[in-house]
Amino acid sequence: MRLTVTVNGERREVDGLWEGESLLYALRERLGLPGSKNACEQGECGSCSVYLDGTLVCSCLVLAGQAEDREVQTVEGIAPDGALHPVQSAFVETGAVQCGFCTPGLIVASHDLLRRNPRPTDPEIREALAGNLCRCTGYEKILDAVRLAGERILETQTAAQAGSKQVCDTSLGGAV
Amino acid sequence: MRTTPLPRPAPAPVQRPGVVGETTTRIDGGPKVKGEFEYSSDLWADGMLWGATLRSPHPHATIWSIDISRALALPGVYAVLTHEDVPGRKVYGMEIPDQPVLAWERARYQGEAIALVAADHPETARRACDAIDVAYEVLEPLSDPERAMAADAPKLHLSGNVLRHITLRHGDQAATADVVMTGEYEVGSQDQAFLGPESGLAVPDGDGGVDLYIATQWLHVDRDQLAESLGLSPEQVRLTMAGVGGAFGGREDLSMQIHACMLALHTDRPVKIVYNREESFFGHVHRHPCRMHYEHGATRDGELVYVKARIVLDGGAYASSSTAVCSNAACFACGPYNVPSATVDCSVVYTNNPPCGAMRGFGAVQVAFGHESQMDKLAAALGIDPVELRIKNALAPGHRLPTGQVVREPAPVAELLERLRAMPLPPDASPGPRDLRELPGGVSNTTHGEDVRRGIGYGVGFKNVGFSEGFDDYATARVALSLDGDGDPLVSVHTAAAEVGQGVVTVQAQIARTELQVERVAVLTADTQVGSAGSSSASRQTYMTGGAVKMACEAVRERLLQRVADHAGLDPFDLSLAGGAVIDSRGETVATLAEALVSAPIEETVEFHHAETYPLDENGQGDAHLQLAFSAHRAVADVDTRLGLVRVVELATTQEVGKALNPQALDGQIDGGSAQGLGLALLEEIQIRDSQVLNASFTDYLLPTILDMPPVKKQVLEHPDPDAPYGLKGVGEPPNISTPPAVVAALRSACSRELARIPVRPEQLAGIDEPRRSRPPAPGSRGPAGARPTRS
Ligand code: FES
Ligand code: FES
Repeated sequence: MRLTVTVNGERREVDGLWEGESLLYALRERLGLPGSKNACEQGECGSCSVYLDGTLVCSCLVLAGQAEDREVQTVEGIAPDGALHPVQSAFVETGAVQCGFCTPGLIVASHDLLRRNPRPTDPEIREALAGNLCRCTGYEKILDAVRLAGERILETQTAAQAGSKQVCDTSLGGAV
Repeated sequence: MRTTPLPRPAPAPVQRPGVVGETTTRIDGGPKVKGEFEYSSDLWADGMLWGATLRSPHPHATIWSIDISRALALPGVYAVLTHEDVPGRKVYGMEIPDQPVLAWERARYQGEAIALVAADHPETARRACDAIDVAYEVLEPLSDPERAMAADAPKLHLSGNVLRHITLRHGDQAATADVVMTGEYEVGSQDQAFLGPESGLAVPDGDGGVDLYIATQWLHVDRDQLAESLGLSPEQVRLTMAGVGGAFGGREDLSMQIHACMLALHTDRPVKIVYNREESFFGHVHRHPCRMHYEHGATRDGELVYVKARIVLDGGAYASSSTAVCSNAACFACGPYNVPSATVDCSVVYTNNPPCGAMRGFGAVQVAFGHESQMDKLAAALGIDPVELRIKNALAPGHRLPTGQVVREPAPVAELLERLRAMPLPPDASPGPRDLRELPGGVSNTTHGEDVRRGIGYGVGFKNVGFSEGFDDYATARVALSLDGDGDPLVSVHTAAAEVGQGVVTVQAQIARTELQVERVAVLTADTQVGSAGSSSASRQTYMTGGAVKMACEAVRERLLQRVADHAGLDPFDLSLAGGAVIDSRGETVATLAEALVSAPIEETVEFHHAETYPLDENGQGDAHLQLAFSAHRAVADVDTRLGLVRVVELATTQEVGKALNPQALDGQIDGGSAQGLGLALLEEIQIRDSQVLNASFTDYLLPTILDMPPVKKQVLEHPDPDAPYGLKGVGEPPNISTPPAVVAALRSACSRELARIPVRPEQLAGIDEPRRSRPPAPGSRGPAGARPTRS
């Protein structure tokens, strides 16, 4: 099978897929993007979270073929090379990363939450991240990270609006 | 000659860590948030094949034959291997080599590895596994550990079914008490459930040897077992640490290591094996299920007189680290209390259940549920506040453990409890309509607050840090002080310590920075080119590898000062290091580091051994343990007493840490350990019926989510241990030990039921399968009026 898909803004083509391969497998093993993780491959942990045409999905539950001619954004495309998105830097600074296996999925899911709602309450954060398992952190510092990232995003937005009155790119980096 | 280039680990990044005691964000944080950190399942090599494992569907069976011909004939299949292809020792095991690399003649648990396949696609490999014909004769499984101990039980191993029995006798064996309290308790099997599945990449070197990139807790013990079973010398088996997606004890034993190397050597191609989640449940050992019978004797005013305990741990089909878990369960069975007389019998036995071994807390977790439940029961019977009862009996320096070992400073059990009790409680639920998300059942809309009762419970626990019972526990560190390309001083630290998420890479850098006063530190990838670091387990790695790095830095410093002293004609004892220079006693610079190092770098390799420990004698007596670590928890929980649903409102905890090397990472250990404890109390159990696992998936094995975890309030005490590097205590495991009893105590105080088994199920809370008992006094109250000591 051949797959043509836009990943992180780049059009990619791969050949020789087996029809049963998930989007997660295709990303990790065929497209050289192993950032999305394979903790359960059962749709239960969120470690494989990516955007598919702007919607947050578990890529382990999507067949690669379903992504044909569509746009995928992975954790590798959340910020430009060498830079960190505010969500990413907040995770590092607050200690929300330990083993880090849950982290890529949580970055994408938190990014999705904050682009919709940069000022989430704690219950809203918990609800939005309820599909992402973390075995190391007990989630305390993940909450800290999302709160901090939200604050920083709001600050940047406010500063940008005050500065130029233009409608700005919201600092949400490569948000789709 | 090697045909495949080895995956090159990126050069060690240079860190600018804080000194010991300062929060330092982790160096691998950046790559981890960007998805660039390379875990063992992310590896890839040209020409790589995929390995898969055929596993026994039966927990107990005779294997009459294995026919691989159909599998081998499938296109895309490069190898199908069975026990006949194991080049060296056909069994492995960390302590007792009793587990077949691939089973022959008999399968002793469901999921036991039978055959291996290498193929060009994981799906081809899986289908080839299905095409292997194994003739099994299904045997009745030995599922009950008590039954396994009976004289007439079928023997699962030649050595018999009792893997270890510890008899511990301390004090007056005929002691009697005013008040006697008995109880039976049970703990189910918990899974480590690390998120990164077992995985790795084996690359043949073309000369008969192999390189393995692997997520493990202890490279060298893997290496030694691999060499034995592959029939190679240790030098021919080289291991490099790949990114580890959590461990918690579940990566102490081998999983796919030998299998991947066998396939790689056989096909002369790189082979990658990645378990899926279901296979992961079968691919590693679990926490031992445990049954306990306790009897506590106390005076009328609440002083413990004796504790008797009979403990049975289900070791499953193979030994793993069961003998050491058994020792911990026996040694810590009485809890962190001053117990004058103790009678403990603790056994671990073989059954056909899944093999059990290391998991965070290692034997101390199970008995903490037992001894803490007993303390609450005793408090209720005596009409004494449960915290008061604990404080009254709290272990303190100078007391003897039931093993006879004298407790050394610091052991502030009473202080931990007093501080914990003084921490403010969360506000009571406000009257009026409540946010559903704050109620048990949450947005499932199962209650609006009716039938919801709040409970508060306490628990305290302890365990050993480092390896015990005479094991020569050591860690190796190589430290080099040099000038980089720009002529700036740089410390390189090389150890084999496994970074499993806890932050040992950061702590090594902090130690180097502190000892050598150099801002830039590179911690090299862990591998077997440096000596063993021992395991990232037993809360020991900061103590042991941290201790080794400190010692190596001191050796480097000594040589540096000597070099400068020789050059300047001074006494090295008058010199010291400060701000990137060697200074004299007046603070004058004698040489900058750049000047001192220009002739040659300085490198030292040291082994750090911890103080000697001793085996237990036939009465379970002996100075078996190095250091004890303590923590206490308080849980506040709301219970829907009709439906048996729970919402934990808050956890609060105090822990003695000696010295917080990296406060943020320490917090993370406490939060994470508390979450795993909450999981064991409420959710997590590998359900086993007739030795078959019923829930090998994240759909059916329930882990705490962000909705289940309440805030965790923390207070750490820093009373230094004079014998430990920087005075530190191991910190990883205690939170996992004291959380479950605290949570269950809170549930009991809310719903007034026995709750003698964890994880607690809704039917227990709703009273469908347990009788109600009299409500125990809430902590802080004076107990039920007229409470009288009872005999039971
Ligand atoms: S890997 Fe997709 S949800 Fe777990
Ligand atoms: S940091 Fe390890 S699973 Fe979340």
